Amino acid sequence: MTDQTSTPPILEIDNLTVDLPDGNDRRHAVDGVSISVGPREIVCLVGESGSGKSVTAFSVMGLLPKGQLTPSGGAIRLMGENVLEASDERLRELRGARMSMIFQEPMTALNPTMTCGDQIEEVLTTHTSLDQAAREAKILDILEQVQLPDPPRMAASYPHQLSGGQRQRIMIAMALVLEPVLLIADEPTTALDVTTQEQILKLIKDIQRTHETAVLFITHDFGVVAEIADRVAVMQWGKVVEEGPAEAVLKRPHEPYTKMLIGAVPSFTPHGRAREAKAPVVLATDALCKTYGGGGFFQKARAVNAAQDVSIEVRRGETLGIVGESGSGKSTVARCIARLIDPTSGHIYLHNDDIAQASQTRLRALRRRVQIIFQDPYRSLNPRRTVGASIVEGPMNYGMGAKEAYERARSLMSLVRLDPGALDRFPHQFSGGQRQRICIARALAMEPDLLIADEAVSALDVSVQAQVLELLDDIRRRLDLAMLFITHDLRVAAQVCDTVAVMHRGRVVEYGEAAEVFGNPQHDYTRALFAAAPGRGFDFGSAAALAAG
Amino acid sequence: MFGFIIQRLLATIPVLGMVAVFVFLMLRLTPGDPAAVLAGDNGSPEQVAEIRESLGLNEPLVVQLGIWIGNILQGDFGQSYFFKKDVAELILLRVEPTLALATTTLIFTIMVAVPIGVIAAYKHGTWIDRAVMAFSVAGFSIPVFVLGYILIYLFAMQIDLFPVQGYKSITDGFWPFLHRLILPSITLSVIYIALIARITRASVLEVLGEDYIRTAYAKGLTPNAVLLKHALRNAAVPIVTVIGIGIALLIGGVVVTESVYNIPGLGRLTVDAVLGRDYPTIQAIIMVFSFVYVMINLLVDLTYSLLDPRIRY
Repeated sequence: MTDQTSTPPILEIDNLTVDLPDGNDRRHAVDGVSISVGPREIVCLVGESGSGKSVTAFSVMGLLPKGQLTPSGGAIRLMGENVLEASDERLRELRGARMSMIFQEPMTALNPTMTCGDQIEEVLTTHTSLDQAAREAKILDILEQVQLPDPPRMAASYPHQLSGGQRQRIMIAMALVLEPVLLIADEPTTALDVTTQEQILKLIKDIQRTHETAVLFITHDFGVVAEIADRVAVMQWGKVVEEGPAEAVLKRPHEPYTKMLIGAVPSFTPHGRAREAKAPVVLATDALCKTYGGGGFFQKARAVNAAQDVSIEVRRGETLGIVGESGSGKSTVARCIARLIDPTSGHIYLHNDDIAQASQTRLRALRRRVQIIFQDPYRSLNPRRTVGASIVEGPMNYGMGAKEAYERARSLMSLVRLDPGALDRFPHQFSGGQRQRICIARALAMEPDLLIADEAVSALDVSVQAQVLELLDDIRRRLDLAMLFITHDLRVAAQVCDTVAVMHRGRVVEYGEAAEVFGNPQHDYTRALFAAAPGRGFDFGSAAALAAG
Repeated sequence: MFGFIIQRLLATIPVLGMVAVFVFLMLRLTPGDPAAVLAGDNGSPEQVAEIRESLGLNEPLVVQLGIWIGNILQGDFGQSYFFKKDVAELILLRVEPTLALATTTLIFTIMVAVPIGVIAAYKHGTWIDRAVMAFSVAGFSIPVFVLGYILIYLFAMQIDLFPVQGYKSITDGFWPFLHRLILPSITLSVIYIALIARITRASVLEVLGEDYIRTAYAKGLTPNAVLLKHALRNAAVPIVTVIGIGIALLIGGVVVTESVYNIPGLGRLTVDAVLGRDYPTIQAIIMVFSFVYVMINLLVDLTYSLLDPRIRY
């Protein structure tokens, strides 16, 4: 933390109010927010979706969508200059040169048709009169600074040729090439794997120190806050509800909302409930393999082993977690088990039936017994059908009468704690968490033996996530379901899983009881995963208990 | 890339083969007898039979087809029944006007449609956008021949700005050549401008919502730079696809436009050949058009890889 009394702040947001268009649930997206960021300081703006944290950040950059969100009061001073009153031209001069921004999705934030070098160069041609040679030297220098290997090759690459982490480094290079005084980072690591996230956070910290940049860091993740913040401002419904030094806010939150948010972060300590060892095995795979690609007729295609030799089992009433980073093959395994894709070799036993190579006609009878809940509740429900129609479709396909199916849908809605009277509404009338409950009800309507949750809570806010996790666990217990839980989030896995399989590059590298895997990881990769988890030095579960007590 | 081109060129052989058989059979299944047309209204049945014999129309269909394809493979498209000339020579004579009309139409279309589409997308929801869309609907709705006559009436008869009809070869000088092509090109372009402007607008509008557009603004670029350097190129693939389809469809429009403006091109030749049941000429024209279609598709696919580095063959 820096001494704020002696140095004027780089960024001073003073009583900012941003109006929402008419007809929204509230009048202001941002309501009287005051935040300041001093030199060499990282301020984290934390909140759930809809809290106004991104709107605040975009107001600073002058990038709010025109006509939809309009700043109506207050001031935003960048080194004393009010950017809300600046002309379009002046704003363009400031953007990229004095203040820059990096975004959440490195996969889509770069122009796919320009090389990375050209995209960085554009910043230089727009804001400086450097000649070609000087520009090239500067590009290579900044690529070196963001620790990308082989800078000339990186500069000549197109975004799609780089990994997510590398693209985010390109974004950072682009943002920092002109040494702005302020960097705004909008959830820059949310879309990245945990090991990549760790590296990017470290890079932002290092580079911020050497360049003495002030950073406004937007995030929803308290793990990240614990990792990077000097100061924290917590936002809810457009207002800052709590602000202070990071240590103090994390360890001694005052406001109930902050306490709730910190308390909702899942703990690393496994739940440690007793397993019933004699429960029958619902699902077992034996040496399951899935290979993509292989030789085409004219092209030489590279064969990718998405899953290799995967042997796992799930007993009734038990949850198996498959944990891994993107590309580890965890979703491939889930999709093979549900036979949404065909496995290349190996066996999948559902009770005693081997369904790995079952024909489509045989599968039809088996489909009912395995159901999936997908990651994105916004896209996994048909927007043009009522949620009731979505829920009864499955059972009616298997011959249930409409009356009975709706009867079941109503009781399932109560089970997932939604109003049974809401069956004739459409998905857009529900929030993300409610939609995921509907997806759960839809899956349960088929009365499956095995429920697969493929990153089912990853798109949800942390407080909603906690509720959905609790619901899933409750349902597993009440219906004595076998559950396969796919996640990249170790904290979530610790909360719901009885057994855990860690996947890396298509193979299961560690497999055992959750308490064993979490308490005493054996494989190097598992250890690396744990080491990379943000905020690992901060035990959220017990902190919440402390705060609540 | 090179392998891809060879592969695609080889693939044209079965396509053209199928077109050949299909066209041949279709023509013979449609009513109308070339011999009767040639004999004229006063021809006796004996004369008709004689002509049929001399044209080889009494042979079994399979034999006729075999002879025709055999001749094509030797580069001989046969003799026109109606014009009494080599079909190949006949087509070559008519290629220039059609090519000229198609080229000027295409250039005019792209020069108008792409900019107004981009502007409509950028000014999304304003009166400019609505005006472009209204023009688009009108452009779709008006038939080519109606528009042709309206333009002739206004610009050739009321104000004597352009000639009513006719064509002059480029060898007679560039201005006389272009002067006679302006009205026909505008007539023919309107529907394509409507189509391509719409696609451009939709495509650019979609791209303007992408994250990298926000990144470009965050870098401090001007709206013009964002539109031209970042939006347009990413929006280009669907636009090029539709331009490709447009060129293919253009040939259909050429038939009508050439008739309205009395231009001696392939379109007019097609109409004359169909009316005269001139089998060899119709067959040859369709073969030429099919080959052009296939080549345009290949060009469009190659353009994709120029526009988008993610597309590689």
